[in-house]
Amino acid sequence: MARIDEQTTREIVAQYDGKPEMLVQILQTIVSRCGWIPPETIRQLAEELNLSRAEVHGVIEYYHDFRTGEPGKHIVKICQAEACQAMGSRELTEQAKKMLAINFNDTANDITLEPVYCLGNCACSPAVMIDGKTYGRVDESRFTSLLDTMRGND
Amino acid sequence: MARTKIYVPRETAAVSVGADEVALEIARVAKQTTTGIEIIRNGSWGASWLEPLVEVEVDGTRIAYGNVGTDDVAGMFAAGLITGGEHERRLGPVDEIPYLIKQDRWTFWRCGLINPLSIEDFELHQGFKALKKAFADGAGAVLDNVTASGLRGRGGAGFPTGIKWQTVADAPGEQKYIACNADEGDSGTFSDRLLMEGDPFGLIESMAIAGFAVGASKGYIYLRSEYPLTHSILSRAIESARAAGWLGDDIKGSGFDFDIELHLGAGSYVCGDETAMLESLEGKKGLVRTKPPLPAISVLFGAPTVVNNVVTLASVANIINLGGERYAGMGVNRSKGTLAFQLAGNIKRGGLVEKAFGITLRDLIEDWGGGTASGRPVKAVQVGGPLGSYIPAEQFDTPMDYEAFVDIGAMIGHGGIVVFDDTADMAQLARFAMEFCAIESCGKCTPCRIGSTRGVEVIDKMIDGDNKDENYELLLDLCDTMEDASLCAMGGMTPYPVRSVLKYFAEDFASSKEH
Repeated sequence: MARIDEQTTREIVAQYDGKPEMLVQILQTIVSRCGWIPPETIRQLAEELNLSRAEVHGVIEYYHDFRTGEPGKHIVKICQAEACQAMGSRELTEQAKKMLAINFNDTANDITLEPVYCLGNCACSPAVMIDGKTYGRVDESRFTSLLDTMRGND
Repeated sequence: MARTKIYVPRETAAVSVGADEVALEIARVAKQTTTGIEIIRNGSWGASWLEPLVEVEVDGTRIAYGNVGTDDVAGMFAAGLITGGEHERRLGPVDEIPYLIKQDRWTFWRCGLINPLSIEDFELHQGFKALKKAFADGAGAVLDNVTASGLRGRGGAGFPTGIKWQTVADAPGEQKYIACNADEGDSGTFSDRLLMEGDPFGLIESMAIAGFAVGASKGYIYLRSEYPLTHSILSRAIESARAAGWLGDDIKGSGFDFDIELHLGAGSYVCGDETAMLESLEGKKGLVRTKPPLPAISVLFGAPTVVNNVVTLASVANIINLGGERYAGMGVNRSKGTLAFQLAGNIKRGGLVEKAFGITLRDLIEDWGGGTASGRPVKAVQVGGPLGSYIPAEQFDTPMDYEAFVDIGAMIGHGGIVVFDDTADMAQLARFAMEFCAIESCGKCTPCRIGSTRGVEVIDKMIDGDNKDENYELLLDLCDTMEDASLCAMGGMTPYPVRSVLKYFAEDFASSKEH
């Protein structure tokens, strides 16, 4: 994914009336556009919101959604929480790591693999999220075909 | 000729197993066969095990077809779908499905029934009736009704809603807020999501009632970011309500102003804690605020604030419509009314079951749930999310009652019930409880921040058979420290699942590597 430019960041801040209490929402909007928060954006947000860089950095560090490294084009999340574990998500996770040849929070071949703790799809476990869409009842073969579809859409 | 109505849910669970594709295929086959249909994307009835659940309206009766795949659609049309024709997927009229009709639908009754994005459909189904009644009866009557209902916080803590509202109503201050906690992070729970996706106007109406009752002109919904479809449905519903004059200044000439701002979380479990959520709403790190003592009034931007869970709020509309006494007539002891139980994990018929309190865990797991999905014996169930105890089969006759669960060292929490079969490694699940706490701890208090990491290490040693007896004592000691000295439920209750494994499933530690 790309970096967010200064002008777009300024527009997003303006969309929230430049209010420092909207920082979490501003960061969420940036991540939804470009997947991560580059260091120069931290500096810019601190200036525009009249916060210290440490404050902005602290908020970014705190929340799992706010990546500080550039992710791949596709983001694959596998639920690690109890309901999915009860239906084999640990095994699915091991297979996924092998298939993609990466660990959690790594990126290879334009795919980033991440853990997630509950997608609220606990009656259709195990659940995964691919590029923001939730899938249920995912066994190894369904996971493989979901990845094929994802790559096919490129 | 009128077009036949076909319902295909637009709800996360249904969509996660192909409902969008089924809707497209239905449209395609209908066009090909020049059949006049209208596809309505309803919410889900909550029978997730039957999703995608397609319904066709025939002479006013909705005929259901369960577990429909795209491969089934052409065959269903050929079998006379439009007239409710026989097919292997056919379940019969939706209002005769035992899983659904045996429930006590007080809060979720519109879910599945209506088009969640149609304000007209909502109003046809008693929508905004309770808000109008609140305007007519006055704030005092609303508060009395909510207090009389015995409604307690459905987020997990079970605090009496009437007392909370009355306290904020009595607090001085020009500006007050309603904050709806929609950060449903507990594994095994999805009732908030199902309600927001299936009846978003229902939540909006109840929030407005809360605002009217306590004198708040603004509401916030703090929604977790893991629910993108919910976000899309809820934002559209808020816009429609605003456009129709049900949100904004001087709502329908009542003189009452109320609007709602939707905020997204950012993947922090602790933000489900009320004080951490308020910090996050203020744009900060989700650090829990120092407690105890529990604040009588929560404070957002310095103003008195009612913080309630989605289901708590959404239960209010019918309490106003039907009366608090009627709600209090359901349930047992101090657990009044209904709870939306959520059957999850390794279970044959997973989904949402709204029932009056007092039903036993066994009824839910066996009668409703049909046992495990794998067909193997149930080993344990975790009730109340990742901070809830693992309950063994000998306790399945415990009635669903906040206090009865406390008596067995467990908690009902948000009503999630996660089932595990006999292949589950309970020692690993105890380890996971500590690991999850280490990942999600906000870091403000030491017992939670450090204790969880030490907990993982001690459990690893026990699993490796390293000084097992000493480490067992050490783990119990650590659990005491975390329970007694943590600031919030994250560190304070992580010991619950751990202790329950030590108590009921200790053999799972013995069966590991030393043998």
